[in-house]
Amino acid sequence: MGSYFIRRLLALIPTLIIASIIVFSVVRLIPGDVLDLMLSENDYSATGHDTREQLERALGLDRPIYMQYLSWAGNALRGDLGNSLWRNTSVTSEIAERLPVTIQLGVLSLIVALTIAIPIGIYSAVRQETIGDHVGRTFSIIALAIPNFWLGTMVVILPAMWWGWSPPNDIVPFFKDPLENLKVLLLPSIVLGASLSAVVMRMTRTMMLEVLRQDYIRTAWAKGLPERTVVIRHAVKNAMIPVITLIGILIPILFGGTVIIEQIFRLPGLGELLLQSVSTRDYPIITGIFLITGVVVMLVNLLVDMCYGLLDPKVRYDG
Amino acid sequence: MLAEETHRHDHAEPETQQEVLLRVSGLKTQFRQDGRTVTAVDGVSFDVRRGETLAIVGESGSGKSVTAMSILRLIPSPPGEIVDGEVLFDGKDMLGLSDEEIRKMRGSEIAMIFQEPMTSMNPVLTIGRQLSEPIQVHRGGDRKSLLAKCVDLLRKVRIPDPENRVKAYPHQLSGGMRQRAMIAMGLGCDPRLIIADEPTTALDVTVQAQILELLKDLTRERGTSMILITHDLGVVARYADRINVMYAGRIVEQGSSGDIFKHPKHPYTLGLMSSIPRLDQPSGTRLTPITGQPPDLSNLPSGCPFHPRCRFAEDRCRAERPPLTQVSDQHWKACWIDVNKP
Ligand SMILES: Nc1ncnc2c1ncn2[C@@H]1O[C@H](COP(=O)(O)OP(=O)(O)OP(=O)(O)O)[C@@H](O)[C@H]1O
Ligand SMILES: [Mg+2]
Repeated sequence: MGSYFIRRLLALIPTLIIASIIVFSVVRLIPGDVLDLMLSENDYSATGHDTREQLERALGLDRPIYMQYLSWAGNALRGDLGNSLWRNTSVTSEIAERLPVTIQLGVLSLIVALTIAIPIGIYSAVRQETIGDHVGRTFSIIALAIPNFWLGTMVVILPAMWWGWSPPNDIVPFFKDPLENLKVLLLPSIVLGASLSAVVMRMTRTMMLEVLRQDYIRTAWAKGLPERTVVIRHAVKNAMIPVITLIGILIPILFGGTVIIEQIFRLPGLGELLLQSVSTRDYPIITGIFLITGVVVMLVNLLVDMCYGLLDPKVRYDG
Repeated sequence: MLAEETHRHDHAEPETQQEVLLRVSGLKTQFRQDGRTVTAVDGVSFDVRRGETLAIVGESGSGKSVTAMSILRLIPSPPGEIVDGEVLFDGKDMLGLSDEEIRKMRGSEIAMIFQEPMTSMNPVLTIGRQLSEPIQVHRGGDRKSLLAKCVDLLRKVRIPDPENRVKAYPHQLSGGMRQRAMIAMGLGCDPRLIIADEPTTALDVTVQAQILELLKDLTRERGTSMILITHDLGVVARYADRINVMYAGRIVEQGSSGDIFKHPKHPYTLGLMSSIPRLDQPSGTRLTPITGQPPDLSNLPSGCPFHPRCRFAEDRCRAERPPLTQVSDQHWKACWIDVNKP
């Protein structure tokens, strides 16, 4: 298990290098030029560059792109992702400020989704074709059909229209005041987690039904085990293996969802910073966000694989 | 002759009655699917006495497993349902027990050993865990005593290095070892009846013999009764006291091993027997399997369900279904034909 983990960790290095090259170059392919933008903005005169060439040199954008990449990568290894082109702030500190909000939103919506989806999925399978099963499946079809930007918009707009209430967006760090913190983040997390929970619920139900038909479940019944034990110990553990794989696939999609949800709920997370930076072509920030997001997604996938190894002895011993 | 037979039967009744452990009468189990009803077991009756091994033999799909599963009420419902009959275990009406009562019988009084040791064990739980479960729920015990009991059981089924095997997962054991572990799992609570559903089909011939010997030894040692299900009549000869031959959900011939092997009365049994490889045949001799296909259970042929495949079939066979009738003391058949007639 230990060596398996280390091997997986080492395998991340080439992935990371390739990802960083792609991220670095793709960001610079966004149509529109930051120099034009800056020069057309009057207030930028403060920097005191008169010509385009001067500005380009000052921002370091005149060098060939591979030189730019190498010096950026070298700095990135030391934890320095450069400075914003517009403000004189370090990208690392801007991201560090926003990242906790996004991560919490993602983690919270994952928790919300899984605590709803897995028990209902299991129940639906064990009590197949009962009213509870039909209610669960109807809910999941509805949750799947509703895009979360629409759901989020409704959640923000309707109360505002009816009662003049809108969701709070002043975030207190979780460890300072968990209750105040959840007041702000829980609602967006539920909205973000809804469609995720629908997918996971359907997968859980399908896998449970599949597992419940297996011979070893019949063996468990024949041993005289109570239903609880048969379902929880014998079925769920097996059914969760593919469900966890699915969750691993869904996590990057979840990250994408945070951008929209942060925008709708006006939360100061990475998504908001990203949109703002894209519209001002602030390359270092965009690159930085992509890089950090990529690293987080890779680490989460590694974690998912670890869970997989914990559940499935075949992976643990042969993998 | 008839009078004498009746008399003998009456005489035998009180003592067999006493030693009967399991009595199945008129068992009928159906599956309903896509608007069709499949009668997998149709009016099956038999007894299992204390300490004896009863074999149930028949082709694939003849209802052997469903019969066994019905006894412990393990038929998946829906689609399955036991629609008629009675199962008495030690005088207790199994079909009338509550869910909780039947659960307490499973694994403790009656244990099942399944075919396919590859798929019948849970891949994500250790052998020790799976072995200790029935003991834990039926008899109780702390971790340490359970572990000791598991090691003991593995030793009993002659698995080498039991101390380490309890920690292994099923995929780390060979097929034969897994089947031994399955047997150990069945023995855990010292059941009074073991139902072994094709315990050796997935194994190679030498391992098959070892496993069957093991089962025979263990049941004899403890006076445990056994229902041995197989489609291989060759296996049965050595290990069973009595034999039920099943076809299309019914018993077509019933008798002691000696009766069935020496004086088979049903053409289907004859067919099964001629498909056993024999040592006295020159090698390369082709076996003669029964021709034709097993019948569609939702749409049985008229009369005797075996008649389309039977080389003795007469008009009567096509029109009327033969009841199970007595041939001699403990020997019954469901056939209109006297196969010994020249
Ligand atoms: N779960 C089920 N759903 C629907 N039909 C079933 C089910 N289980 C069994 N049957 C029906 O019952 C019939 C008898 O099945 P059974 O498993 O008892 O056969 P068997 O004699 O044990 O055969 P084998 O030697 O292949 O194990 C099958 O042909 C099938 O049509
Ligand atoms: Mg079977």
